[in-house]
Amino acid sequence: MSTTTASDANRKAPAGERVADWADGRLGIYSLAKANMRKIFPDHWSFMLGEICLYSFLIIILTGVYLTLFFHPSMNEIEYHGSYVPMHGIRMTEAYASTLDISFDVRGGLLIRQIHHWAAVVFLAGMFVHMMRVFFTGAFRKPREINWLFGFLLFVLGMFTGFTGYSLPDDLLSGTGVRFTQGAILSMPIVGTYISMFLFGGEFPGHDIIARFYSIHILLLPGIMLGLVVAHLILVFYHKHTQFPGPGRTNKNVVGMPLLPVYMAKAGGFFFLVFGVIAVISALFTINPIWTMGPYRPDQVSTGAQPDWYMGFAEGLVRVMPGWEINLWGHTLVLGVLIPLVVFGVMLAAIALYPFIESWITGDKREHHLLDRPRNAPTRTALGVAWVTAYMIMLVGGGNDIFATHFHLSINSITWFVRIFFFLGPVIAFIVTKRICLGLQRRDKDKVLHGRESGIIKRLPHGEFVEIHEPLSQAQLHALTAHEQYTPAEIGPSVDENGVERKPSRTEKLRAKLSKGYYGEGNQIPKASVEEYKEITSGHGHH
Amino acid sequence: MSSQEISKESLPSEQDTAHGTAVAENPFADPGLPPHRPRIQDIDERAAKRSERTVALLFTLSMLATIGFIASFVIFPVDKIVYVWPLGHVSATNLSLGLTLGLALFCIGAGAVHWARTLMSDEEVADDRHAIEATPDVKAKVMADFADGARESAIGRRPLIRNTMFGALAMVPLSGVVLLRELGPLPEKKLFHTGWAKGKQLINMNTNEPLRPEDVAVGSLTFAKPQGLEEDDHDFSNKIAKDALMIVRIQPEDIKDKRELEWSHEGIVAFSKICTHVGCPISLYEQQTHHVLCPCHQSTFDLSDGARVIFGPAGHPLPQLRIGVNDKGFLEALGDFDEPVGPAFWERG
Amino acid sequence: MKKLSARRRHPLAAVVVLLLALAATGGLYAAFAPAGKAQADETAQSLAIEEGKKLYTVGCASCHGTGGQGTTDGPSLVGVGSAAVDFQVGTGRMPAQQPGAQVPEKKVIYSQAEIDQLAAYIASLGAGPITPTEKQYSPDGADIARGGDLFRTNCAQCHNFTGAGGALTHGKYAPPLNDVSPKHIYEAMQTGPQNMPSFPDTTMPEQEKKDIIAYIRTVNDDRTATPGGFALGGVGPVSEGLFGWIFGLGSLIAVAVWVAAHTAKAKKS
Repeated sequence: MSTTTASDANRKAPAGERVADWADGRLGIYSLAKANMRKIFPDHWSFMLGEICLYSFLIIILTGVYLTLFFHPSMNEIEYHGSYVPMHGIRMTEAYASTLDISFDVRGGLLIRQIHHWAAVVFLAGMFVHMMRVFFTGAFRKPREINWLFGFLLFVLGMFTGFTGYSLPDDLLSGTGVRFTQGAILSMPIVGTYISMFLFGGEFPGHDIIARFYSIHILLLPGIMLGLVVAHLILVFYHKHTQFPGPGRTNKNVVGMPLLPVYMAKAGGFFFLVFGVIAVISALFTINPIWTMGPYRPDQVSTGAQPDWYMGFAEGLVRVMPGWEINLWGHTLVLGVLIPLVVFGVMLAAIALYPFIESWITGDKREHHLLDRPRNAPTRTALGVAWVTAYMIMLVGGGNDIFATHFHLSINSITWFVRIFFFLGPVIAFIVTKRICLGLQRRDKDKVLHGRESGIIKRLPHGEFVEIHEPLSQAQLHALTAHEQYTPAEIGPSVDENGVERKPSRTEKLRAKLSKGYYGEGNQIPKASVEEYKEITSGHGHH
Repeated sequence: MSSQEISKESLPSEQDTAHGTAVAENPFADPGLPPHRPRIQDIDERAAKRSERTVALLFTLSMLATIGFIASFVIFPVDKIVYVWPLGHVSATNLSLGLTLGLALFCIGAGAVHWARTLMSDEEVADDRHAIEATPDVKAKVMADFADGARESAIGRRPLIRNTMFGALAMVPLSGVVLLRELGPLPEKKLFHTGWAKGKQLINMNTNEPLRPEDVAVGSLTFAKPQGLEEDDHDFSNKIAKDALMIVRIQPEDIKDKRELEWSHEGIVAFSKICTHVGCPISLYEQQTHHVLCPCHQSTFDLSDGARVIFGPAGHPLPQLRIGVNDKGFLEALGDFDEPVGPAFWERG
Repeated sequence: MKKLSARRRHPLAAVVVLLLALAATGGLYAAFAPAGKAQADETAQSLAIEEGKKLYTVGCASCHGTGGQGTTDGPSLVGVGSAAVDFQVGTGRMPAQQPGAQVPEKKVIYSQAEIDQLAAYIASLGAGPITPTEKQYSPDGADIARGGDLFRTNCAQCHNFTGAGGALTHGKYAPPLNDVSPKHIYEAMQTGPQNMPSFPDTTMPEQEKKDIIAYIRTVNDDRTATPGGFALGGVGPVSEGLFGWIFGLGSLIAVAVWVAAHTAKAKKS
């Protein structure tokens, strides 16, 4: 390519540039880089939660590929004669035996296994917290609803990928989890037995399930997830990141540091930090010591049989459900298992669909790039906390046996506590959160109008003590008043333009009611107005 | 739901503070980005040099840690156990490989981030956002193009083509669904039967010997499988998943359920070990209360009262196996379970 | 109410709220905690009496009756055998502080000689399992792997995979096995103390008990290797999940805070 024209030959481009030229001729990388190389990312720790997820996902893929080199996804039974003495001569599947080999005979195999599993625990926890960050700051609003759904799907798929991976070693703990899955499938009306027979290739446990879970775990689900991750990231780039309100930060700009070099270094460095931390945790702390559990046998079980934490919520629902069963016309409806499965789906769907519900209530069709402080959206925040409360209470329900032994409580009492507080807890959480948000709003208003309490007490000439309030800077004033406040939607005029009477539809009425619940009197504190501010500041004689 | 009816006043007015025209009139107006203030490293070259050295040190540390990783890999045998307070007796390989790998990675990250934080420009810049929605012109052009395309394809004019195409596309995935039929057999009556049958002796899981009534003491707990089922059978797992039996002996006068007493042998009762909830092997037997608890979801059954459910999510009692004694004095089954064992399902009835 | 709300900014308000919360938590705990939990035993009896019967009359008869026939407070001891006495008294479970479904392990207050005397007296009331000799319970030469298999069939459902213990109904529990001596494990299997079912020699022969003991000693001992690092209590995914959230995600968030924080600015001169 250097043999073009004479004028070009005067100056030979450096090698890197020549490679880039070559690539640009085929891929158009310069146009891509023009748009993205100096892309701005705002700095905030909570904006890095998603990166924790992304990086732990990459770590899981890297370590997972390594594990596939040694793992045999087979249910052929063999007699173990490897290096772990307490299992000598025990009959087990090749899946379990190869997991023992990875743990005891492959140098570094145990480390990679533990990194893989710890990263999975962190991945799911990271996604949960990331999702909550997006929820409580209102980052899911237009134009990001679709990306919220992508993220939600990643969380759900992550749960099932985690579950299938947890099942692969075919140890007594994970086998019990698979048994639960089979029992839950059986409970489905009409199709349950068919799905169970097809999934397991016959009766439980059969000889196929590990191999089938294997291809689901390493191929099907991660493949979909990888696609979703890419789509998620493309949308993040395309929409540009949201930011908190502050001086110079508007809905029409994004303030921060450029991708090259600062974010390249920070985000790239953060990958190594995440990997490093997880590697150190895996060096120091055992996770899932399958050698202590023994191979799965359908007639053996251990107490303390739990799924990994992300399935604990479903486990809790199943544990605390009363044993309802309806037998009618020769058929059985297993409500005791079916209802928890439905509630599980409904709770997940509720959080997934929330952005659409809120945008319907507000009727707001504009783009939002400035984040809400949670206090400034009290009803949303309270709903979110109520949801998290229900989730956490079910986590307690899922671990009721461990909580019982470690806190010297009765398992039955914990179950009853969870049964009651699954309903009561979210209500209490909703009310309390809302009160706290409104209180914080009042405090903000107070701060704007009267300044910051300085803690300095002054005695006035006539003997009165007053605390000096420092007025806020304009930047602070702006940050505290930049949020938008909605007025509740009205049911529209009861007479249309032509003077014909019009009956408001039921959905309209519902919407107005909900809107009032969100933005009506007592559900948000009107923020300080310029007039109020001026009146107070001039009245006090400041400035 | 029509958006027209939303009174426009319910939306907050778009705050266009970027102009910042009348700060004097509006004390809440956006003052704009604060002026950039330099860091120590920006004005003091010695501080910058210190940062540079720190970053380089971190990268060097990472290199050393990688060397340490390779060294540990070579030095420690895979089964070497060392005592490290407070972790306990841990694998030397796991510990050393994990720590060195973690350090090597962490130092790269820490170096890069320290570099970015102290030596790269930290001036915040604002980038404008652009509307995502297309302008009306663009939209009009796209709609027109689409209309042209649709017209040229004649899909609207020739519904026969359209309808048969949709039909074909809807049907072709059926082939894939049909193939899934090969995943497993039909359920038929498989879930209704177990390996138990009249005359099959109860074999002690521990000793692999048939049980005699006198072996089973009051307050003891024994597990049994049907005669003829061996651990190295190809289908052992499938069989034991339904056949596993839990045997306890209760003083006959303590048995409250009439049928349970009838189906027992001198107070020896045999129940399915598989929970009727989702199929965990249930066997947390409390010999004083005769309650048995499932370790998975805490369904509790009263073995002295027909294995009635007294707590938890199970929907029906554990099936009981009718047992007796054969002429050789061994315990035997007097038939199969009279109902399916394990989790309930639609066809169970 | 007005007065109260006026004081809500008092510096001690937070402390008061915290105290109220603690009191409420304590109250809730008391309400939910199973009744009949141990209170400190202050009534350690002076043990001067030498013979089993005398020991019995003083220490045991109030619940188990003067002749060991049992009362409403305690079961009959006729036929429980010397092994049961050796277990119950040797692990400090008996004498109990109060009758109940679960009598916890506590400090042993009898000497081994006294326990033997008590055991001899109870054994004389009716035949039962005899205190095992060391040859019977010693795990030397036992098959550990076979013991593991037996443990998973017979014991793990209550005592967890390696004997970490687990919950039973209404606040009862299966205790952890890490510091239980081989003799006491053997006796427990033989006699079925409290709510534990027994595993008599007729269904679980002596050799199998030894195998089980050998397995427990191998996998649940101070010197048991935990190759992967600190075992987090060995109770499975609940502790792993908590750890992953608090220390795993927690430390990563701490790192994120550092990465995203603004670098210190030079002081204005």
